[in-house]
Amino acid sequence: MGHEPTPSLLAGLRARTPSGPVSPSSPGFWRSPVRGPWFTAVLGTVLLFGMTLLFVTGLLSYAAYNPDLASVNDKTPDKGLLGFYLFDWPTDPHWLYRLIQGLHVTVGITLIPVLLAKLWSVLPKLFALPPARSVGHALERLSLLLLVGGALFEFATGVLNVQLEYLFPGSFYPLHFYGAWVFFGAFVVHAVLKLPTTVRVLRERGLREQLRTHDRREPVPGEQPVLVEPEPDEGSGLVTPRPAEPTVSRRGALGLVGGGSLLLFGTTAGQSFDGWPRATALFAPHGGAEPGRGPGAFQVNKTARSVGVGADRTGEAWRLVVTGPGRTVRLTRADLLDLAQHSADLPIACVEGWSTSDQAWSGVRLRDLAALAGYAHEPPAVLVESLQLRGAFRRAALRDNQVRDARSLLALRVNGADLTPDHGYPARVIVPAAPGVLNTKWVSRLTFGEL
Amino acid sequence: MRWTAMKHVSAWPRRWYGAGPLHLLLLLASFALALYAGVRLLADDWFMVAVWFVGAALLHDLVLVPVYAAADRAVTALLGRHDRRRRALTVFVRVPAALSLLLLLVWYPLIMRQVPRYERSTTLPADVFLTRWLLVTAALFAGSAVWLAVQMWSVSRAGRVAGTGRS
Repeated sequence: MGHEPTPSLLAGLRARTPSGPVSPSSPGFWRSPVRGPWFTAVLGTVLLFGMTLLFVTGLLSYAAYNPDLASVNDKTPDKGLLGFYLFDWPTDPHWLYRLIQGLHVTVGITLIPVLLAKLWSVLPKLFALPPARSVGHALERLSLLLLVGGALFEFATGVLNVQLEYLFPGSFYPLHFYGAWVFFGAFVVHAVLKLPTTVRVLRERGLREQLRTHDRREPVPGEQPVLVEPEPDEGSGLVTPRPAEPTVSRRGALGLVGGGSLLLFGTTAGQSFDGWPRATALFAPHGGAEPGRGPGAFQVNKTARSVGVGADRTGEAWRLVVTGPGRTVRLTRADLLDLAQHSADLPIACVEGWSTSDQAWSGVRLRDLAALAGYAHEPPAVLVESLQLRGAFRRAALRDNQVRDARSLLALRVNGADLTPDHGYPARVIVPAAPGVLNTKWVSRLTFGEL
Repeated sequence: MRWTAMKHVSAWPRRWYGAGPLHLLLLLASFALALYAGVRLLADDWFMVAVWFVGAALLHDLVLVPVYAAADRAVTALLGRHDRRRRALTVFVRVPAALSLLLLLVWYPLIMRQVPRYERSTTLPADVFLTRWLLVTAALFAGSAVWLAVQMWSVSRAGRVAGTGRS
């Protein structure tokens, strides 16, 4: 990107003394000729669509947990009005959560260079004096703190969470959810206030026209062309009055931003597919190779050992307890295998953005187990409990529509073999379109009925 | 402002507020939402969340940007202090360096092996990321060098063609 104050480090430092402004609050301090309303408008437009997509997919992902179904699903019990839009999460299409969360994380990571470039492009305004020209201006700047702080907070918590680096102060769900609302209010204000200027600037100067203007002068043979002329400022406060010698064109600067996005996208997106695409996801946490070999060699979120599920509790001694009103059934794994077996091809899709392709699961339908608990028709919701000792979702609830779906299984086998310990042996839940954490592994108890 | 009903609006203290009433309404609505969500955001550990929220902005504006701007300025200064043609070389350092540092910025915890739970949770090897980052960085700089060589070759060829008088 365009370099700051002067073309030369030493000359620049010297020049600062009498001639060059020392204070970043002086417009002449910022010297990159790349900055200007058009450059900011292009990046802003990308973010307008991108951030909106992130917000919508984020809200949908939140709804996918069915937080209004039971307290065990709800990591934000004090959400109040912010849960106004919640709805019964569907089971169709079966890749719904995989798509939504894959988009949320992949697009989010792809937008990082755009966000950084956008912030760079408007940085002179941060230092502009006076800090507030009027009450309205002061309020708008306060709103910008929520906008910039909110955006960076959301990106930081998201990027850290997908890498399992839980540095942030608290549980991810409330921080990322409430932070998104704080951000989005400021985002809408900013979008509405800046939209007229953005539309006008892009209309007047066009996109292709600007990208084509690499050089307005006749090229001198043997000399590099003039790369970029400063834009007209038009009161935006973004254009430097003291442009430095350009080292990159606006097209080049946008190309670098786009190249950064492309690089991040290309090394992340593959983690949403099995096989060769995953190998292309060089930096994504679930990119590269599949774990191990054989039928169970697909991505694992938490191993049995990491959540305290040892072989002593999953062997012969294991029983599945199925309860309904006034009825409790205890089943061994052999009992479960004697029940009608059904199969379903379903993915595992994680809130961290990665997913597997469809795996071939087989086991007992949840609705058949509901029948054992006394609900032969129209089974209700179910509370699923796991053997795992740790984990925010070791108890999770599924809604009646999820229990009733013929593809919702208590799976015993996957891809033609018994489940591996890390995939939930002796038995796990698999439900179409549900977030990974609701596909409880190492199931010990199913409680059908009102939650 | 043609309608008589808008006369009230013209009485709006624009000079004091500095913008129209819609501006104020919009901001107040946004602050109300921010307050409603913010109270919940700060409910657990208000101090640290506030530090993260404001700190993210400060860290970006006052540390990250000055650091990368200074690094970029140093590269520009070293490569082409006075010479325009040499200044054109900056792109061949700037682009691979920026892309490599971008990857490091985003994937720092995994690349620098800051996440001991990663292997335990996923069974995937944690030591691949640093290797991959170094290899991708090497590839970016190598690609940049090839690109520069091709450009220099085509420029010198164009110069030779111009020198012979052929078009």
